[in-house]
Formats: sequence, structure tokens, C-alpha cells
Amino acid sequence: MYKKVTTPLKEIELCDLKAGDRVLISGIIYAARDAAHKRLCDALDCGQDLPIDLKGQIIYYAGPCPPKPGHISGPFGPTTSGRMDKYTPRMLEQGLKGMIGKGERSKDVIEAMQNAKAVYFAAIGGAGALLATKIKQQKTIAYEDLGAEAITKLLVEDFPAIVAIDYIGNSLFETEPPKYENKYAAIIQNTNKV
Amino acid sequence: MREVKSDIIRDTIRSMFIEASCSLTSDIKDKLLEYRNIEISDSACEILDRIIENAELALKDRIPICQDTGMSVVFIEIGQDVHVTGDNITDAINEGVRRAYKDGFLRKSIVKDPLNRINTGDNTPAIIYYDIVKGDKISIKVMPKGFGSENMSAVKMLKPSDGVDGIISFVVDTVKKAGSNPCPPIIVGIGIGGTMEKAALLSKKTLLRSLDKRNTNNYYAELENRLLIEINNLGIGPQGLGGISTALGVSIETFPTHIAGLPVAVNITCHASRHKEAVI
Repeated sequence: MYKKVTTPLKEIELCDLKAGDRVLISGIIYAARDAAHKRLCDALDCGQDLPIDLKGQIIYYAGPCPPKPGHISGPFGPTTSGRMDKYTPRMLEQGLKGMIGKGERSKDVIEAMQNAKAVYFAAIGGAGALLATKIKQQKTIAYEDLGAEAITKLLVEDFPAIVAIDYIGNSLFETEPPKYENKYAAIIQNTNKV
Repeated sequence: MREVKSDIIRDTIRSMFIEASCSLTSDIKDKLLEYRNIEISDSACEILDRIIENAELALKDRIPICQDTGMSVVFIEIGQDVHVTGDNITDAINEGVRRAYKDGFLRKSIVKDPLNRINTGDNTPAIIYYDIVKGDKISIKVMPKGFGSENMSAVKMLKPSDGVDGIISFVVDTVKKAGSNPCPPIIVGIGIGGTMEKAALLSKKTLLRSLDKRNTNNYYAELENRLLIEINNLGIGPQGLGGISTALGVSIETFPTHIAGLPVAVNITCHASRHKEAVI
């Protein structure tokens, strides 16, 4: 069962998203990763305007392969979100409401998400070819010199993800793995008996 | 003495990196299906299905499995009865990498300097390991190595008295700390012995081994099994969202070491463990 999410995110929709919900995201999202985040924070430090208005928006932590001729996008899966943790609270202060990536987030980020009422979605790391099929348009809009790390504006349709950390701070990375601790050994033993 | 033109090395490297980036080896595909059948978490099963579907799509469309087409690692064994003509071998390899990443629409992920991070624009330089061996052949193994998993790798200089228990606790701890970050299900390469850098090199090289093969020494084959059970018992699961499919395999390589030392290195790779071999 999937919940449909459209951007920009409205608070009423956002508060309805609980950790564990499977979602299909449609609308505009912005791809930005390490180097772009550094530049965004440098711009804020210098009192400059950001090249994108982050209010209500989703940032997708990703940097694609170039598209093959005839393709809209090259493989475009999520990168490790934890590397953006240092920059994330400042993005949330700018009105950012959602992030898509892979892997857990720091305590500071989860706290900042609670204050800002924002959600973190996990997409499947290593499924970049499949995820690229959900991208209907893409355009580099800032920091083009960064190559694969430039900020890209994407129009996505039914982009699949899971709410990994909700705005209350519930995190699947904390709740789920303990449920499967020490299960593997018994399963393997039974499988080998068959 | 057999002569091999450097152009042949260049073109072989080019096609190997494109091929490796777009297709999973059959041992990994089989293992993913095997885990899909025994996985007990519904969301883990769904993730494994998508990972398998992604690999099929990449193969059909000839596009990379993952956008992180890695740093280009090359292991090359040169027979001492081969004479390479034309360009310097290192230049030929780098030119092959340059062409692969351009012609294959692979992502260029290398920065010229680790602190002043300007992209080189062509994914060079490659990381190249040379070996001189007997014979008149050149054997090449390539590995486009993604960094989500590389970042979660670790080396530790244990004391001889730490023994096998020290190894187990370091490996399991490293995987636990890596958690959701290296795109589990992962494959864990372990190098034990030698010097610090030798252990690290062994841990990377052993990732080239097929998942259906175990260490030829029974003691280490059993240690691989034991570690696999301990790692999968952590419950991390695909993408760190819970499940039994945390590692598809564990492989160990060893080397003689010093009376005072017990170096151990853990190199992690994601489920998209891409590699390719060729002999010229």
C-alpha cells in the first residue's frame, strides 16, 4: 500500500507520514550532494541568496551518470545521507521539508527535523537504473562546474521511497533491525536440514 | 618474447569497465535470489526484488547498475615473457578508463586533490596494482569500486594475543558501525596478516572471489562461515531497514606476518559488487 506524496510538501500531508509508510513521490525535487551542500552553506555564510528556494521542498541526495542518447536520465540512485548531516540543519532552517537518501541520520539532524517538522525518505541504494525511470525531466540549475555534483531540478512521477524517519523522530533504523537479531542462524540451520 | 601492443591493453580495459558497470556476475545474482527465498522481513523481500529488477533493467538497457560507477581499480598480472610495445602501460590503462567512462556514460567521480576537490572529469587516475608472474600472458581484473561501501571499511593492527576472537569482534563491529550506509546486502572482504597496507590490499583483492567459493584452507573457510552467521544475526538487513540479508558473503585472504603483529583489514562492497576478468 503506497501513500501518494506531491511536492511542495504541505504540513498537513507531512504530519500524516509515519515511519514505515511506503510512498510514491511526484512533482519537483532537487538533487544535491556533498559539494553542492558545501556551496549552499558557504552562500549562507556570506549572506547570499541561495540558487533555489527550499521552502516546502525535497532534496534528493544523489549525483547521476550522464544519460545515454534517448534516455531522459542516467542511473540516478541515492547516495549516503550521513555525509550531508553536517549541512542539513541549515537547510531545514531555510524551509526544507523533505530529504531522500540512503542510510541513517545523526541525532542532531533528527532533532532539527523535529523542530522543522520535516521527513526523511529512504530510497533503494544501488537501484539507480530503476529509479531513473521515474524521472520525467531533469535540468541542471546551479553549480554546473561540479559535474555530477551540480544541483539538478527533477520532475519525478511515482518515485518510490519509504518514510525512514518521520517528523516526530521515529526512525526505522532504530526500530527494525532489533526485530531480526539472531534470526539468521536458525533459518540457515532449518534450510540446511531440508 | 611475446609482444603485446599497449592499444590492446587500453581497449580491453575500456570494454571491461563498461561491461562490469552494466552487469552483475551470476554468483551475486544467484545469492540475491537465494536470500530472497529465506528472508523473513516483508520490506526486505521487496527491496531484494527491486535490486534484482534493477540489475535486469541495467543489463537489458546496457546502463550502469548504480550511478556510483566508482573509482577504477585495476589488478594486472604481467607475465615476465611479455614485452609491451607502444605506450607506457599505466598510460594505456588510464586511457582505457578515460574512454570507458566517456563512451559508456559512466559517472566521473574522481577529484584531483583530496582537499581541494576539483573533478578530473574523466575518472582517472585509476588505482593500479602490478604483479610480475611467470609466462607470456597478461591477466587483468577490474573493479569499479563504489565509495558508499568503501567509506565503511577499516584497518586495525591487533595484537597476536587478540587471536581469532579479536578478528571476529573487529569485523562484526565494523559491519555493525557501517549499518545502513554501505547499501546492504554487502559483501565483506577481510585481509589478515602481512603489513598494514598488505592486509588492506588482501581485503580488496578477495572481493574478486566468486561467492560460491570458500577459502581453500578449512580453518579460514570455517571462519568465513562463522563470520557470515554473526553478521547476518545483526539484523541490519537490506538498506539497514531490518532483515536477515545483511551480507551475501564473507571472504578472507591471509599472508605471513611479523611475530609482533596481527594486522586485519575489512573492505566492504555493496550488493552491486562489480568486477570483470580478462586474459590477453
